[in-house]
Amino acid sequence: MTEKEISKQTKHKTPSDKASLAAKPESKLEEIQAKHERKTILMQGNEAVAYGALDAGVNFFAGYPITPSTEIAEILAAELPKRNGVFVQMEDELASICTIIGASLAGAKALTATSGPGFSLMQEGIGFAKITETPCVVVDVQRVGPSTGMPTSPAQGDMMQSKWGSHGDSPAIVLYPDSVKESYELTIRAVNLSEKYRTCVILLLDEVIAHMREAVCLPDIANVKIINRIKPTVPPQWYKHYDENQKYLSPLASFGEGYRFHVTGLTHDSHGFPTNKPGEAAEMMERLRKKISYNIRDLVQIESYQMEDAKIAIFAAGISSRAAKAAIASARAEGIKVGLLRPLTIWPFPDDAVRKMLRNVDTVIVPELNQGQLIHEVERLTKGKSDGGLIPINKVSSELITPNEILNKIKEVC
Amino acid sequence: MAKTFEVRLSGSGGQGLILAGIILAKAAVLENRKVTQTQSYGPESRGGYSHADVIISDKEIYFPEATNINCLLALTQEACDKFLFDLCENGILIIDTTFVKNLAMVAENTYEIPFTEIAQEKLGSPISTNIMALAFLVKITGIVKESSLKKAIEETVKPAFVDLNLKAMQIGFELAKK
Repeated sequence: MTEKEISKQTKHKTPSDKASLAAKPESKLEEIQAKHERKTILMQGNEAVAYGALDAGVNFFAGYPITPSTEIAEILAAELPKRNGVFVQMEDELASICTIIGASLAGAKALTATSGPGFSLMQEGIGFAKITETPCVVVDVQRVGPSTGMPTSPAQGDMMQSKWGSHGDSPAIVLYPDSVKESYELTIRAVNLSEKYRTCVILLLDEVIAHMREAVCLPDIANVKIINRIKPTVPPQWYKHYDENQKYLSPLASFGEGYRFHVTGLTHDSHGFPTNKPGEAAEMMERLRKKISYNIRDLVQIESYQMEDAKIAIFAAGISSRAAKAAIASARAEGIKVGLLRPLTIWPFPDDAVRKMLRNVDTVIVPELNQGQLIHEVERLTKGKSDGGLIPINKVSSELITPNEILNKIKEVC
Repeated sequence: MAKTFEVRLSGSGGQGLILAGIILAKAAVLENRKVTQTQSYGPESRGGYSHADVIISDKEIYFPEATNINCLLALTQEACDKFLFDLCENGILIIDTTFVKNLAMVAENTYEIPFTEIAQEKLGSPISTNIMALAFLVKITGIVKESSLKKAIEETVKPAFVDLNLKAMQIGFELAKK
Protein backbone atom coordinates (compact mmCIF):
# COMPACT_ATOMS: atom_id res chain seq x y z
CA MET A 1 0.00 0.00 0.00
CA THR A 2 1.48 3.33 -0.94
CA GLU A 3 1.25 6.56 0.96
CA LYS A 4 -0.92 8.00 -1.75
CA GLU A 5 -3.47 5.23 -1.48
CA ILE A 6 -3.70 5.63 2.25
CA SER A 7 -4.20 9.34 2.15
CA LYS A 8 -6.87 8.80 -0.49
CA GLN A 9 -8.66 6.30 1.73
CA THR A 10 -8.79 8.58 4.70
CA LYS A 11 -9.11 11.96 3.04
CA HIS A 12 -12.80 11.99 2.26
CA LYS A 13 -13.62 10.80 5.75
CA THR A 14 -11.47 13.33 7.58
CA PRO A 15 -11.60 16.49 5.59
CA SER A 16 -9.62 18.40 8.22
CA ASP A 17 -6.22 16.75 7.85
CA LYS A 18 -4.42 13.49 8.28
CA ALA A 19 -2.93 14.52 11.58
CA SER A 20 -6.34 14.25 13.18
CA LEU A 21 -6.04 10.50 12.73
CA ALA A 22 -3.14 10.23 15.13
CA ALA A 23 -4.15 9.12 18.62
CA LYS A 24 -4.45 12.06 20.99
CA PRO A 25 -5.25 10.53 24.35
CA GLU A 26 -5.02 13.73 26.42
CA SER A 27 -7.76 15.66 24.69
CA LYS A 28 -9.92 12.57 24.43
CA LEU A 29 -9.89 11.83 28.15
CA GLU A 30 -11.85 14.91 29.13
CA GLU A 31 -14.38 14.35 26.41
CA ILE A 32 -15.07 10.81 27.48
CA GLN A 33 -15.19 11.76 31.13
CA ALA A 34 -17.81 14.34 30.37
CA LYS A 35 -19.83 12.02 28.18
CA HIS A 36 -19.61 8.92 30.23
CA GLU A 37 -20.57 9.09 33.86
CA ARG A 38 -18.77 6.37 35.72
CA LYS A 39 -21.46 4.77 37.83
CA THR A 40 -22.77 1.23 38.02
CA ILE A 41 -24.93 0.60 34.99
CA LEU A 42 -26.38 -2.33 33.12
CA MET A 43 -24.08 -2.95 30.20
CA GLN A 44 -23.86 -5.47 27.38
CA GLY A 45 -20.66 -7.31 26.43
CA ASN A 46 -20.53 -5.69 23.00
CA GLU A 47 -21.11 -2.27 24.56
CA ALA A 48 -18.21 -2.93 26.91
CA VAL A 49 -15.99 -3.74 23.93
CA ALA A 50 -17.01 -0.50 22.19
CA TYR A 51 -16.35 1.64 25.27
CA GLY A 52 -13.14 -0.27 25.97
CA ALA A 53 -12.00 0.57 22.45
CA LEU A 54 -12.82 4.25 22.94
CA ASP A 55 -11.09 4.37 26.33
CA ALA A 56 -8.03 2.66 24.84
CA GLY A 57 -7.78 5.45 22.28
CA VAL A 58 -9.21 3.71 19.24
CA ASN A 59 -10.03 6.44 16.76
CA PHE A 60 -10.65 4.41 13.62
CA PHE A 61 -13.14 1.63 12.90
CA ALA A 62 -13.76 0.02 9.55
CA GLY A 63 -16.09 -2.95 9.46
CA TYR A 64 -18.97 -4.87 8.02
CA PRO A 65 -21.56 -5.38 10.76
CA ILE A 66 -22.49 -8.99 11.47
CA THR A 67 -24.49 -10.75 14.18
CA PRO A 68 -23.56 -11.25 17.00
CA SER A 69 -21.01 -8.41 16.91
CA THR A 70 -23.25 -5.70 15.40
CA GLU A 71 -23.64 -3.54 18.52
CA ILE A 72 -19.89 -2.81 18.51
CA ALA A 73 -20.16 -1.19 15.07
CA GLU A 74 -23.45 0.45 15.99
CA ILE A 75 -22.01 2.17 19.07
CA LEU A 76 -18.74 3.18 17.42
CA ALA A 77 -20.67 4.60 14.45
CA ALA A 78 -22.40 6.92 16.90
CA GLU A 79 -19.46 7.66 19.20
CA LEU A 80 -16.36 7.91 17.00
CA PRO A 81 -17.45 10.95 14.96
CA LYS A 82 -18.20 12.84 18.20
CA ARG A 83 -14.57 12.30 19.25
CA ASN A 84 -12.96 13.24 15.94
CA GLY A 85 -12.62 9.58 15.09
CA VAL A 86 -13.53 7.82 11.87
CA PHE A 87 -16.15 5.14 11.31
CA VAL A 88 -16.35 3.53 7.88
CA GLN A 89 -18.86 0.89 6.92
CA MET A 90 -17.02 -1.21 4.36
CA GLU A 91 -18.30 -3.31 1.48
CA ASP A 92 -16.99 -6.51 3.04
CA GLU A 93 -14.55 -7.97 5.54
CA LEU A 94 -11.60 -8.13 3.13
CA ALA A 95 -11.80 -4.35 2.79
CA SER A 96 -12.41 -3.92 6.54
CA ILE A 97 -9.15 -5.54 7.63
CA CYS A 98 -7.12 -3.83 4.87
CA THR A 99 -8.56 -0.45 5.80
CA ILE A 100 -7.73 -0.71 9.50
CA ILE A 101 -4.18 -1.71 8.53
CA GLY A 102 -3.93 1.37 6.31
CA ALA A 103 -5.35 3.62 9.01
CA SER A 104 -2.89 2.22 11.54
CA LEU A 105 0.05 2.95 9.23
CA ALA A 106 -1.22 6.52 9.07
CA GLY A 107 -1.06 6.68 12.87
CA ALA A 108 -4.56 5.70 13.97
CA LYS A 109 -5.46 3.17 16.63
CA ALA A 110 -7.67 0.95 14.53
CA LEU A 111 -10.10 -1.85 15.30
CA THR A 112 -12.68 -3.96 13.51
CA ALA A 113 -15.32 -6.36 14.79
CA THR A 114 -16.81 -9.39 13.13
CA SER A 115 -18.03 -12.95 13.60
CA GLY A 116 -16.99 -16.34 12.19
CA PRO A 117 -17.89 -15.83 8.51
CA GLY A 118 -16.20 -12.41 8.44
CA PHE A 119 -13.29 -13.65 10.52
CA SER A 120 -12.60 -16.28 7.85
CA LEU A 121 -12.52 -13.59 5.17
CA MET A 122 -10.14 -11.46 7.24
CA GLN A 123 -7.48 -14.14 7.61
CA GLU A 124 -5.33 -13.00 4.69
CA GLY A 125 -5.32 -9.43 5.98
CA ILE A 126 -4.48 -10.61 9.49
CA GLY A 127 -1.39 -12.31 8.04
CA PHE A 128 -0.52 -9.06 6.26
CA ALA A 129 -0.79 -7.12 9.54
CA LYS A 130 1.48 -9.67 11.19
CA ILE A 131 4.21 -9.71 8.54
CA THR A 132 4.15 -5.91 8.18
CA GLU A 133 4.06 -5.59 11.98
CA THR A 134 1.16 -3.16 11.88
CA PRO A 135 -0.83 -2.69 15.12
CA CYS A 136 -4.55 -3.43 14.87
CA VAL A 137 -7.27 -5.29 16.74
CA VAL A 138 -9.83 -7.74 15.38
CA VAL A 139 -12.78 -8.64 17.61
CA ASP A 140 -14.34 -11.99 16.70
CA VAL A 141 -17.65 -12.65 18.43
CA GLN A 142 -17.94 -16.36 17.80
CA ARG A 143 -21.14 -17.96 16.58
CA VAL A 144 -22.02 -21.50 15.56
CA GLY A 145 -20.25 -22.54 12.36
CA PRO A 146 -18.96 -23.73 9.99
CA SER A 147 -19.97 -21.19 7.35
CA THR A 148 -23.01 -19.04 8.15
CA GLY A 149 -23.98 -21.53 10.87
CA MET A 150 -26.33 -20.14 13.51
CA PRO A 151 -25.98 -16.35 13.74
CA THR A 152 -27.53 -15.90 17.17
CA SER A 153 -26.14 -18.94 18.96
CA PRO A 154 -22.94 -19.44 20.95
CA ALA A 155 -19.94 -21.60 20.04
CA GLN A 156 -16.24 -21.66 20.84
CA GLY A 157 -15.21 -22.96 17.46
CA ASP A 158 -12.63 -20.34 16.44
CA MET A 159 -9.97 -21.07 19.06
CA MET A 160 -7.63 -22.74 16.58
CA GLN A 161 -8.58 -20.45 13.68
CA SER A 162 -7.56 -17.45 15.75
CA LYS A 163 -4.05 -18.91 15.85
CA TRP A 164 -3.69 -20.77 12.58
CA GLY A 165 -6.31 -19.09 10.36
CA SER A 166 -3.79 -17.19 8.26
CA HIS A 167 -1.33 -19.19 6.17
CA GLY A 168 2.35 -19.32 7.01
CA ASP A 169 3.97 -19.66 10.38
CA SER A 170 2.91 -16.80 12.57
CA PRO A 171 2.50 -16.49 16.30
CA ALA A 172 -0.71 -14.97 17.59
CA ILE A 173 -1.94 -12.95 20.54
CA VAL A 174 -5.52 -13.89 21.38
CA LEU A 175 -7.45 -12.72 24.45
CA TYR A 176 -10.62 -14.31 25.82
CA PRO A 177 -12.89 -12.60 28.40
CA ASP A 178 -15.54 -14.27 30.56
CA SER A 179 -17.69 -11.32 31.61
CA VAL A 180 -18.92 -7.91 30.52
CA LYS A 181 -16.40 -6.13 32.77
CA GLU A 182 -13.57 -8.25 31.46
CA SER A 183 -14.67 -7.61 27.86
CA TYR A 184 -13.99 -3.93 28.56
CA GLU A 185 -10.64 -4.65 30.23
CA LEU A 186 -9.38 -7.07 27.60
CA THR A 187 -10.37 -4.76 24.75
CA ILE A 188 -8.12 -2.11 26.26
CA ARG A 189 -5.43 -4.73 26.75
CA ALA A 190 -5.80 -5.91 23.15
CA VAL A 191 -5.30 -2.37 21.85
CA ASN A 192 -2.34 -1.84 24.18
CA LEU A 193 -0.67 -5.11 23.20
CA SER A 194 -1.19 -4.42 19.50
CA GLU A 195 0.58 -1.08 19.89
CA LYS A 196 3.37 -2.48 22.02
CA TYR A 197 4.05 -5.59 19.92
CA ARG A 198 3.18 -4.09 16.53
CA THR A 199 0.87 -6.89 15.53
CA CYS A 200 -2.75 -7.82 14.98
CA VAL A 201 -4.26 -8.82 18.33
CA ILE A 202 -7.46 -10.84 18.36
CA LEU A 203 -10.18 -10.59 20.99
CA LEU A 204 -12.37 -13.69 21.01
CA LEU A 205 -15.81 -13.36 22.54
CA ASP A 206 -18.59 -15.83 23.13
CA GLU A 207 -21.95 -14.81 21.64
CA VAL A 208 -23.55 -15.18 25.03
CA ILE A 209 -21.04 -12.81 26.67
CA ALA A 210 -21.32 -10.31 23.82
CA HIS A 211 -25.10 -10.20 24.22
CA MET A 212 -25.24 -10.63 27.99
CA ARG A 213 -25.94 -7.67 30.25
CA GLU A 214 -24.39 -7.31 33.68
CA ALA A 215 -24.06 -4.59 36.28
CA VAL A 216 -20.74 -2.92 35.57
CA CYS A 217 -18.90 0.07 36.94
CA LEU A 218 -16.18 1.07 34.52
CA PRO A 219 -12.97 2.41 36.04
CA ASP A 220 -12.22 6.09 36.11
CA ILE A 221 -10.67 6.95 32.75
CA ALA A 222 -7.67 8.44 34.56
CA ASN A 223 -6.86 4.96 35.88
CA VAL A 224 -6.91 3.32 32.47
CA LYS A 225 -3.39 2.43 31.40
CA ILE A 226 -2.76 3.30 27.78
CA ILE A 227 0.20 2.05 25.77
CA ASN A 228 1.14 3.87 22.59
CA ARG A 229 3.45 2.55 19.88
CA ILE A 230 7.13 3.39 20.21
CA LYS A 231 7.98 6.27 17.90
CA PRO A 232 11.34 6.53 16.15
CA THR A 233 13.88 8.86 17.75
CA VAL A 234 16.22 8.93 14.74
CA PRO A 235 15.97 11.42 11.88
CA PRO A 236 14.01 10.18 8.82
CA GLN A 237 17.10 9.30 6.79
CA TRP A 238 18.24 6.83 9.47
CA TYR A 239 14.83 5.25 10.03
CA LYS A 240 14.47 1.53 9.54
CA HIS A 241 10.86 0.29 9.55
CA TYR A 242 11.89 -2.90 11.37
CA ASP A 243 14.59 -1.99 13.86
CA GLU A 244 14.17 -4.25 16.84
CA ASN A 245 15.38 -3.49 20.37
CA GLN A 246 16.40 -6.05 23.00
CA LYS A 247 12.83 -7.21 23.42
CA TYR A 248 12.33 -7.57 19.66
CA LEU A 249 10.05 -4.54 19.55
CA SER A 250 10.59 -1.88 16.88
CA PRO A 251 9.68 1.81 16.70
CA LEU A 252 6.97 2.68 14.20
CA ALA A 253 6.71 5.87 12.19
CA SER A 254 3.43 6.93 10.64
CA PHE A 255 2.94 7.97 7.06
CA GLY A 256 2.84 11.72 6.84
CA GLU A 257 5.45 12.36 9.51
CA GLY A 258 8.32 12.67 7.06
CA TYR A 259 9.54 9.11 7.45
CA ARG A 260 9.65 7.09 4.25
CA PHE A 261 9.24 3.35 4.38
CA HIS A 262 8.11 0.47 2.25
CA VAL A 263 5.30 -1.85 3.33
CA THR A 264 4.89 -5.21 1.64
CA GLY A 265 3.44 -8.63 2.37
CA LEU A 266 6.55 -10.13 0.80
CA THR A 267 9.29 -11.28 3.13
CA HIS A 268 11.36 -8.15 3.67
CA ASP A 269 14.58 -6.73 5.08
CA SER A 270 14.79 -4.24 7.94
CA HIS A 271 13.93 -1.34 5.58
CA GLY A 272 10.79 -3.15 4.42
CA PHE A 273 12.01 -4.03 0.92
CA PRO A 274 11.41 -7.53 -0.45
CA THR A 275 14.26 -9.96 -0.02
CA ASN A 276 15.09 -13.48 -1.11
CA LYS A 277 18.19 -13.73 1.06
CA PRO A 278 17.82 -16.67 3.45
CA GLY A 279 19.59 -14.80 6.23
CA GLU A 280 17.25 -11.83 6.06
CA ALA A 281 14.19 -14.06 5.72
CA ALA A 282 15.23 -16.02 8.80
CA GLU A 283 15.85 -12.82 10.72
CA MET A 284 12.38 -11.51 9.96
CA MET A 285 10.68 -14.77 10.91
CA GLU A 286 12.74 -15.03 14.08
CA ARG A 287 11.69 -11.53 15.10
CA LEU A 288 8.00 -12.35 14.59
CA ARG A 289 8.44 -15.44 16.77
CA LYS A 290 10.69 -14.00 19.42
CA LYS A 291 8.72 -10.84 20.09
CA ILE A 292 5.96 -13.17 21.33
CA SER A 293 7.96 -15.98 22.92
CA TYR A 294 10.48 -13.70 24.70
CA ASN A 295 7.69 -11.64 26.20
CA ILE A 296 5.43 -14.49 27.26
CA ARG A 297 5.16 -13.30 30.86
CA ASP A 298 3.84 -9.97 29.70
CA LEU A 299 1.37 -11.62 27.35
CA VAL A 300 -0.06 -14.55 29.28
CA GLN A 301 -2.79 -13.94 31.84
CA ILE A 302 -4.55 -16.74 33.70
CA GLU A 303 -7.01 -17.02 36.54
CA SER A 304 -6.39 -19.76 39.07
CA TYR A 305 -9.61 -20.41 40.98
CA GLN A 306 -9.74 -22.66 44.05
CA MET A 307 -6.76 -24.63 42.76
CA GLU A 308 -4.73 -24.67 46.01
CA ASP A 309 -5.95 -28.06 47.22
CA ALA A 310 -7.64 -29.27 44.03
CA LYS A 311 -7.34 -32.89 42.93
CA ILE A 312 -9.51 -32.28 39.90
CA ALA A 313 -8.99 -29.26 37.67
CA ILE A 314 -11.25 -27.78 35.04
CA PHE A 315 -9.53 -25.96 32.19
CA ALA A 316 -11.97 -23.66 30.45
CA ALA A 317 -12.24 -20.24 28.82
CA GLY A 318 -15.07 -17.75 28.41
CA ILE A 319 -18.62 -18.82 29.13
CA SER A 320 -17.60 -22.46 29.75
CA SER A 321 -15.49 -21.30 32.68
CA ARG A 322 -18.54 -19.67 34.24
CA ALA A 323 -20.46 -22.96 34.05
CA ALA A 324 -17.37 -24.53 35.63
CA LYS A 325 -17.37 -22.06 38.54
CA ALA A 326 -21.02 -22.83 39.26
CA ALA A 327 -20.21 -26.57 39.16
CA ILE A 328 -17.23 -26.04 41.47
CA ALA A 329 -19.46 -24.29 44.03
CA SER A 330 -21.81 -27.31 44.08
CA ALA A 331 -18.97 -29.85 44.15
CA ARG A 332 -17.11 -28.02 46.94
CA ALA A 333 -20.35 -28.01 48.97
CA GLU A 334 -20.16 -31.81 48.78
CA GLY A 335 -16.51 -31.81 49.81
CA ILE A 336 -15.02 -32.52 46.37
CA LYS A 337 -11.70 -30.75 45.85
CA VAL A 338 -11.98 -29.20 42.43
CA GLY A 339 -10.65 -25.97 40.94
CA LEU A 340 -10.48 -24.02 37.71
CA LEU A 341 -7.63 -22.79 35.55
CA ARG A 342 -8.91 -20.16 33.15
CA PRO A 343 -6.77 -18.64 30.38
CA LEU A 344 -7.50 -14.96 29.68
CA THR A 345 -4.83 -15.25 26.99
CA ILE A 346 -5.39 -18.40 24.93
CA TRP A 347 -2.52 -17.63 22.51
CA PRO A 348 0.31 -17.76 23.33
CA PHE A 349 -0.90 -20.81 25.24
CA PRO A 350 -0.16 -20.67 28.99
CA ASP A 351 2.19 -23.68 28.93
CA ASP A 352 3.79 -23.04 32.32
CA ALA A 353 0.53 -22.64 34.20
CA VAL A 354 -0.90 -25.76 32.57
CA ARG A 355 2.24 -27.79 33.38
CA LYS A 356 1.95 -26.72 37.01
CA MET A 357 -1.71 -27.69 37.04
CA LEU A 358 -0.89 -31.11 35.55
CA ARG A 359 1.70 -31.70 38.27
CA ASN A 360 -0.79 -31.07 41.05
CA VAL A 361 -4.01 -32.74 39.97
CA ASP A 362 -5.07 -36.25 38.99
CA THR A 363 -7.71 -35.30 36.48
CA VAL A 364 -8.31 -32.39 34.11
CA ILE A 365 -11.76 -31.75 32.64
CA VAL A 366 -11.87 -29.55 29.54
CA PRO A 367 -15.35 -28.23 28.66
CA GLU A 368 -15.51 -26.44 25.30
CA LEU A 369 -18.31 -25.41 22.95
CA ASN A 370 -16.58 -27.19 20.06
CA GLN A 371 -15.52 -30.69 19.15
CA GLY A 372 -12.27 -30.49 21.10
CA GLN A 373 -9.70 -27.75 20.44
CA LEU A 374 -7.90 -26.43 23.52
CA ILE A 375 -7.87 -29.95 25.00
CA HIS A 376 -5.20 -30.90 22.45
CA GLU A 377 -2.95 -28.13 23.78
CA VAL A 378 -3.37 -29.50 27.29
CA GLU A 379 -2.70 -33.00 25.97
CA ARG A 380 0.53 -31.78 24.34
CA LEU A 381 1.80 -30.88 27.80
CA THR A 382 0.87 -34.20 29.44
CA LYS A 383 3.79 -35.80 27.59
CA GLY A 384 5.47 -38.41 29.74
CA LYS A 385 2.58 -38.57 32.19
CA SER A 386 0.23 -41.51 32.35
CA ASP A 387 -2.99 -40.35 30.79
CA GLY A 388 -6.60 -41.30 31.29
CA GLY A 389 -6.85 -38.17 33.34
CA LEU A 390 -7.86 -35.82 30.56
CA ILE A 391 -11.60 -35.63 30.02
CA PRO A 392 -13.40 -33.56 27.38
CA ILE A 393 -16.91 -32.14 27.56
CA ASN A 394 -17.98 -30.93 24.15
CA LYS A 395 -21.16 -29.40 22.81
CA VAL A 396 -21.88 -27.98 19.36
CA SER A 397 -25.68 -27.92 19.51
CA SER A 398 -25.94 -24.13 20.01
CA GLU A 399 -26.71 -24.67 23.71
CA LEU A 400 -24.31 -23.92 26.53
CA ILE A 401 -22.55 -26.53 28.61
CA THR A 402 -24.47 -26.34 31.89
CA PRO A 403 -23.06 -26.44 35.43
CA ASN A 404 -24.88 -29.75 35.98
CA GLU A 405 -23.16 -31.42 33.04
CA ILE A 406 -19.77 -30.44 34.47
CA LEU A 407 -20.82 -31.45 37.99
CA ASN A 408 -21.89 -34.90 36.76
CA LYS A 409 -18.50 -35.35 35.09
CA ILE A 410 -16.72 -34.29 38.28
CA LYS A 411 -18.70 -36.88 40.24
CA GLU A 412 -17.91 -39.58 37.68
CA VAL A 413 -14.17 -39.13 38.15
CA CYS A 414 -13.86 -38.45 41.86
CA MET B 1 -36.99 -14.98 49.16
CA ALA B 2 -34.15 -17.13 47.96
CA LYS B 3 -30.77 -15.43 47.70
CA THR B 4 -30.69 -16.04 43.96
CA PHE B 5 -33.84 -15.58 41.91
CA GLU B 6 -34.07 -16.83 38.32
CA VAL B 7 -36.68 -15.41 35.98
CA ARG B 8 -37.41 -16.57 32.44
CA LEU B 9 -39.59 -14.40 30.21
CA SER B 10 -40.63 -16.50 27.24
CA GLY B 11 -42.78 -16.22 24.16
CA SER B 12 -42.18 -15.32 20.55
CA GLY B 13 -40.06 -12.69 18.80
CA GLY B 14 -41.68 -9.24 18.70
CA GLN B 15 -43.48 -9.57 22.05
CA GLY B 16 -40.84 -7.42 23.73
CA LEU B 17 -39.51 -10.06 26.08
CA ILE B 18 -35.86 -9.05 25.77
CA LEU B 19 -36.80 -5.41 26.44
CA ALA B 20 -38.77 -6.57 29.49
CA GLY B 21 -35.71 -8.52 30.62
CA ILE B 22 -33.48 -5.47 30.24
CA ILE B 23 -35.93 -3.35 32.24
CA LEU B 24 -36.12 -5.91 35.05
CA ALA B 25 -32.32 -6.16 35.12
CA LYS B 26 -32.00 -2.36 35.24
CA ALA B 27 -34.45 -2.23 38.13
CA ALA B 28 -32.23 -4.71 39.99
CA VAL B 29 -29.13 -2.61 39.26
CA LEU B 30 -30.93 0.41 40.74
CA GLU B 31 -31.21 -1.61 43.96
CA ASN B 32 -27.51 -2.51 43.88
CA ARG B 33 -28.20 -6.20 43.33
CA LYS B 34 -26.01 -8.48 41.24
CA VAL B 35 -27.68 -9.29 37.97
CA THR B 36 -27.18 -11.02 34.63
CA GLN B 37 -29.52 -10.82 31.68
CA THR B 38 -29.17 -13.17 28.72
CA GLN B 39 -31.41 -14.06 25.81
CA SER B 40 -32.01 -16.64 23.18
CA TYR B 41 -33.71 -15.91 19.91
CA GLY B 42 -33.72 -16.87 16.26
CA PRO B 43 -32.61 -14.71 13.35
CA GLU B 44 -36.19 -13.42 12.79
CA SER B 45 -37.19 -10.00 14.11
CA ARG B 46 -40.79 -11.15 14.56
CA GLY B 47 -42.20 -14.60 15.15
CA GLY B 48 -40.01 -17.53 15.98
CA TYR B 49 -39.17 -18.29 19.51
CA SER B 50 -37.59 -15.93 22.03
CA HIS B 51 -36.79 -15.78 25.69
CA ALA B 52 -34.91 -13.58 28.11
CA ASP B 53 -33.39 -14.74 31.38
CA VAL B 54 -32.78 -12.48 34.34
CA ILE B 55 -30.89 -13.74 37.36
CA ILE B 56 -30.88 -11.49 40.41
CA SER B 57 -28.71 -12.29 43.40
CA ASP B 58 -26.83 -10.90 46.38
CA LYS B 59 -23.74 -12.93 45.51
CA GLU B 60 -21.70 -13.30 42.34
CA ILE B 61 -23.60 -15.01 39.52
CA TYR B 62 -21.46 -17.56 37.71
CA PHE B 63 -23.72 -19.17 35.13
CA PRO B 64 -25.91 -16.55 33.47
CA GLU B 65 -28.70 -18.76 32.10
CA ALA B 66 -31.70 -19.84 34.18
CA THR B 67 -31.37 -23.55 34.96
CA ASN B 68 -33.69 -23.73 37.97
CA ILE B 69 -36.42 -21.22 37.19
CA ASN B 70 -38.08 -19.48 40.14
CA CYS B 71 -40.55 -17.62 37.98
CA LEU B 72 -41.60 -18.42 34.43
CA LEU B 73 -43.63 -16.03 32.31
CA ALA B 74 -45.01 -17.72 29.20
CA LEU B 75 -46.77 -15.65 26.57
CA THR B 76 -47.16 -18.47 24.05
CA GLN B 77 -48.18 -22.12 24.19
CA GLU B 78 -44.86 -23.20 22.64
CA ALA B 79 -42.84 -21.38 25.28
CA CYS B 80 -44.99 -22.74 28.08
CA ASP B 81 -44.59 -26.33 26.86
CA LYS B 82 -40.86 -25.90 26.41
CA PHE B 83 -39.97 -24.51 29.82
CA LEU B 84 -42.73 -25.64 32.21
CA PHE B 85 -40.64 -28.54 33.46
CA ASP B 86 -37.64 -26.34 34.21
CA LEU B 87 -39.65 -24.56 36.89
CA CYS B 88 -38.19 -25.19 40.34
CA GLU B 89 -40.16 -26.60 43.24
CA ASN B 90 -42.74 -24.02 44.37
CA GLY B 91 -41.83 -21.97 41.32
CA ILE B 92 -44.24 -19.35 40.07
CA LEU B 93 -45.86 -19.78 36.66
CA ILE B 94 -47.50 -16.82 34.93
CA ILE B 95 -49.25 -17.50 31.63
CA ASP B 96 -51.03 -15.34 29.09
CA THR B 97 -54.29 -17.24 28.54
CA THR B 98 -54.81 -15.35 25.29
CA PHE B 99 -52.34 -17.79 23.74
CA VAL B 100 -51.67 -20.48 26.34
CA LYS B 101 -54.63 -22.83 26.35
CA ASN B 102 -53.22 -26.04 27.78
CA LEU B 103 -51.03 -26.74 30.77
CA ALA B 104 -49.06 -29.97 30.65
CA MET B 105 -48.59 -29.88 34.40
CA VAL B 106 -50.32 -28.05 37.21
CA ALA B 107 -47.80 -25.85 38.98
CA GLU B 108 -48.66 -24.92 42.55
CA ASN B 109 -48.43 -21.18 42.02
CA THR B 110 -50.02 -20.57 38.67
CA TYR B 111 -51.45 -17.25 37.57
CA GLU B 112 -53.61 -17.29 34.47
CA ILE B 113 -54.20 -13.83 33.01
CA PRO B 114 -55.22 -12.88 29.44
CA PHE B 115 -52.55 -10.12 29.23
CA THR B 116 -52.74 -9.59 25.47
CA GLU B 117 -56.54 -9.31 25.50
CA ILE B 118 -56.44 -6.84 28.37
CA ALA B 119 -53.78 -4.74 26.65
CA GLN B 120 -55.84 -4.67 23.45
CA GLU B 121 -58.98 -3.75 25.36
CA LYS B 122 -57.63 -1.14 27.77
CA LEU B 123 -54.75 0.35 25.79
CA GLY B 124 -55.98 -0.23 22.28
CA SER B 125 -52.97 -2.32 21.24
CA PRO B 126 -51.14 -5.44 22.39
CA ILE B 127 -47.85 -3.55 22.18
CA SER B 128 -47.35 -3.06 25.92
CA THR B 129 -48.33 -6.58 26.94
CA ASN B 130 -44.70 -7.17 27.92
CA ILE B 131 -44.64 -4.35 30.47
CA MET B 132 -48.05 -5.26 31.86
CA ALA B 133 -46.96 -8.87 32.38
CA LEU B 134 -43.62 -7.76 33.83
CA ALA B 135 -45.34 -5.43 36.31
CA PHE B 136 -47.63 -8.30 37.30
CA LEU B 137 -44.58 -10.52 37.81
CA VAL B 138 -42.81 -7.89 39.90
CA LYS B 139 -45.85 -7.36 42.13
CA ILE B 140 -46.38 -11.12 42.66
CA THR B 141 -42.74 -12.00 43.32
CA GLY B 142 -41.56 -8.80 45.00
CA ILE B 143 -38.20 -9.38 43.31
CA VAL B 144 -37.67 -5.64 42.83
CA LYS B 145 -39.53 -2.62 44.20
CA GLU B 146 -42.37 -1.16 42.18
CA SER B 147 -40.62 2.21 42.23
CA SER B 148 -37.43 0.67 40.78
CA LEU B 149 -39.44 -0.88 37.97
CA LYS B 150 -41.07 2.46 37.22
CA LYS B 151 -37.70 4.19 37.11
CA ALA B 152 -36.21 1.48 34.90
CA ILE B 153 -39.11 1.82 32.44
CA GLU B 154 -38.68 5.58 32.31
CA GLU B 155 -34.95 5.21 31.68
CA THR B 156 -35.29 2.55 29.00
CA VAL B 157 -38.24 3.12 26.69
CA LYS B 158 -38.35 5.94 24.16
CA PRO B 159 -39.80 9.18 25.64
CA ALA B 160 -42.87 9.02 23.39
CA PHE B 161 -43.83 5.63 24.83
CA VAL B 162 -43.19 6.25 28.53
CA ASP B 163 -46.79 7.19 29.35
CA LEU B 164 -48.26 4.21 27.55
CA ASN B 165 -45.87 1.84 29.28
CA LEU B 166 -46.47 3.35 32.71
CA LYS B 167 -50.20 2.87 32.15
CA ALA B 168 -49.54 -0.75 31.22
CA MET B 169 -47.40 -1.11 34.35
CA GLN B 170 -50.21 0.25 36.52
CA ILE B 171 -52.68 -2.19 35.01
CA GLY B 172 -50.22 -5.00 35.68
CA PHE B 173 -49.89 -4.00 39.33
CA GLU B 174 -53.67 -3.82 39.73
CA LEU B 175 -54.19 -7.23 38.15
CA ALA B 176 -51.81 -8.65 40.71
CA LYS B 177 -53.74 -7.16 43.61
CA LYS B 178 -56.80 -9.24 42.76
